[in-house]
Amino acid sequence: MIPLQLTHFTAASCLGHGMEATLAALRAQKNGLAPCAFETVTDLATYIGEVAGVDEAPLPASLAGYECRNNRLAWLGLQQDGFNAAVESAIARHGRRRVGVLLGTSTSGILQTEQAYRRRDPVTGALPDGFHYRTTHNTYSAADFVRTAFNLEGPAVVVSTACSSSAKVFAAAARMIEAGLIDAAIVGGVDSLCLTTLYGFNSLELLSPEPCRPYDADRNGLSIGEAAAFILLERPAASLDADAVLLLGAGESSDAHHMSSPHPEGLGARMAMAAALKTAGLQPADIDYINLHGTATPGNDAAEGRAVAALFGDTVPCSSTKGATGHTLGAAGGLEAIIGALALQQGFLPGGVNTRCVDPCIPIQYLTANQQAAPRRVLSNSFGFGGTNCSLILGRAE
Amino acid sequence: MKLTAYLDGIGLIGPGLDNWPAARPILAGAAPYESRPLAVAAPQSLPPAERRRTGLAIKVALAVAQEACAAGQLDARQLAAVFSSSGADNDNCDALCKTLASDDRSISPTRFHNSVHNAPAGYWGIASSAMTPATVLCAHDGSFGAGLLEAMTQVAAEGWGTLLVAYDMPYPEPLHAKRPLPSAFGIALALMPERSARSLARIGLSLADDAPDALAEPELETLRRVIPCARGLPLLQAVARGTETRVVLDYLAPLSLAITIEPEHRG
Repeated sequence: MIPLQLTHFTAASCLGHGMEATLAALRAQKNGLAPCAFETVTDLATYIGEVAGVDEAPLPASLAGYECRNNRLAWLGLQQDGFNAAVESAIARHGRRRVGVLLGTSTSGILQTEQAYRRRDPVTGALPDGFHYRTTHNTYSAADFVRTAFNLEGPAVVVSTACSSSAKVFAAAARMIEAGLIDAAIVGGVDSLCLTTLYGFNSLELLSPEPCRPYDADRNGLSIGEAAAFILLERPAASLDADAVLLLGAGESSDAHHMSSPHPEGLGARMAMAAALKTAGLQPADIDYINLHGTATPGNDAAEGRAVAALFGDTVPCSSTKGATGHTLGAAGGLEAIIGALALQQGFLPGGVNTRCVDPCIPIQYLTANQQAAPRRVLSNSFGFGGTNCSLILGRAE
Repeated sequence: MKLTAYLDGIGLIGPGLDNWPAARPILAGAAPYESRPLAVAAPQSLPPAERRRTGLAIKVALAVAQEACAAGQLDARQLAAVFSSSGADNDNCDALCKTLASDDRSISPTRFHNSVHNAPAGYWGIASSAMTPATVLCAHDGSFGAGLLEAMTQVAAEGWGTLLVAYDMPYPEPLHAKRPLPSAFGIALALMPERSARSLARIGLSLADDAPDALAEPELETLRRVIPCARGLPLLQAVARGTETRVVLDYLAPLSLAITIEPEHRG
């Protein structure tokens, strides 16, 4: 594929608002997880990665019709690190119809509906008048909100493939740019805490009672997080700084195996990583760090580990940053691409946190401490329910 | 900028539209349209355990996907897939919200994994053994247009054969009052980079800002307006009529999709 530049990016997660806070937390190997006390959820013994201040950050009056936690989190993200200004500048360069919006989310504003069901009319069962389906609950709401916030008139879409959603938007945006439909794209993802995912993962017995421990021999499930991650993707500028970050490759595949369990040998995962290498024109030895999907469920880490070992052996440093951020589901691909971009720009490999004893049955080089390094290319994995897989490769411009 | 592909297979199901061969004369204006409730069977290609877990959205999506592949004599394992829906399994969504609003919030694992927007794509993978890329989109009322745009972009930028599967189903009350969709509906299009003996038409797509075309038949036009995925019907009508033409489909205001259809005259 033709490389694209990540000309601007920002993220909000439980590690903090914006790149400075995110980088400081990664440098300090902090985890942002806390015992679950979200909304009315007091009966689940698990940890969550909640973004601070979302409830206290209402939308501006002009966008009030989109009020819900997910869009508040999106708005919070857009205000950070000059992202708004970068988008306005892209619009000035390319035009309102030439900037696409491709975002990932798994649950969009479903929390709004979950709460509205508690307020159904006791006689008729009707939902309350103040409930707005299109702008909150509907899966497209996240992209509609961003497109409306910037008065954009170009293509827009939500990719909703569970936990690979905001990785796959990079591939879709790259295709649109290559096909000449758009010149720039706002990509990334927004996913926020809700009852469906908390009680849903609980029903699958996949929630850890402690901060999740990816790739630990005694890993016992995931910690759910939330995040907004935004990246402005454009054709590379004529002259690039050495630490400019490029999207070099993207690979997608399907497990065709099971709705909620990965292929036991990680076959789909391996196909996605191999496809990403192929589109980037790279060999496994060209990759300097892998940001693993690493949810800390026994099944995911075993299957992904097999796939990574089969392609890369144990020579490439790997870690999952979900011990720090929690699993931000439909925002994970975007958030972890940004972490990969930080690793490239700042010259370090983030060690996985919470992991005490790396699983000896998984023959990969799993980092538990930060490492000073000068990575030139990183690969990021995102896999999801329904057997959906996506791997991205980012690299320094030099 | 114009994207092109060959349309090698069509799948269709809707109220009074049982499949593509049955719907073709109706859409061409050679047979009357008679509305009746949609009926769809559980996909026999799924193992029994999975088949039992499929709701209406999954059945509709898999039925049209299989019809399009069979019509084009295509191997699903060689096709990428683009699923697009304005909702998902809306009965399942209602059931989850009811449980989560009750005193006992224990939900079933099957309900949870069927709640993801990409559940039909996951079941399609299991049914077809396709390990190829599958994406799953939503653009509310513009979901058919968004799906067609992504599928045509895949054919153009990647050179893949891509199966577009667009589908919708109604919500039960109380969500139905907020999002009134009258019926399930499904359209699948097998879009290929090269002409084949099965090609029905050459399709071209470009972004436009013309108003979308309406259908002459009043009941079909109502379906087009109220069911997001039925907004693809003008394209199918043009293929059914078999003449070279241009139609405009709904997408996201102010954008629409201008589609050129050049029939392939075979034999």
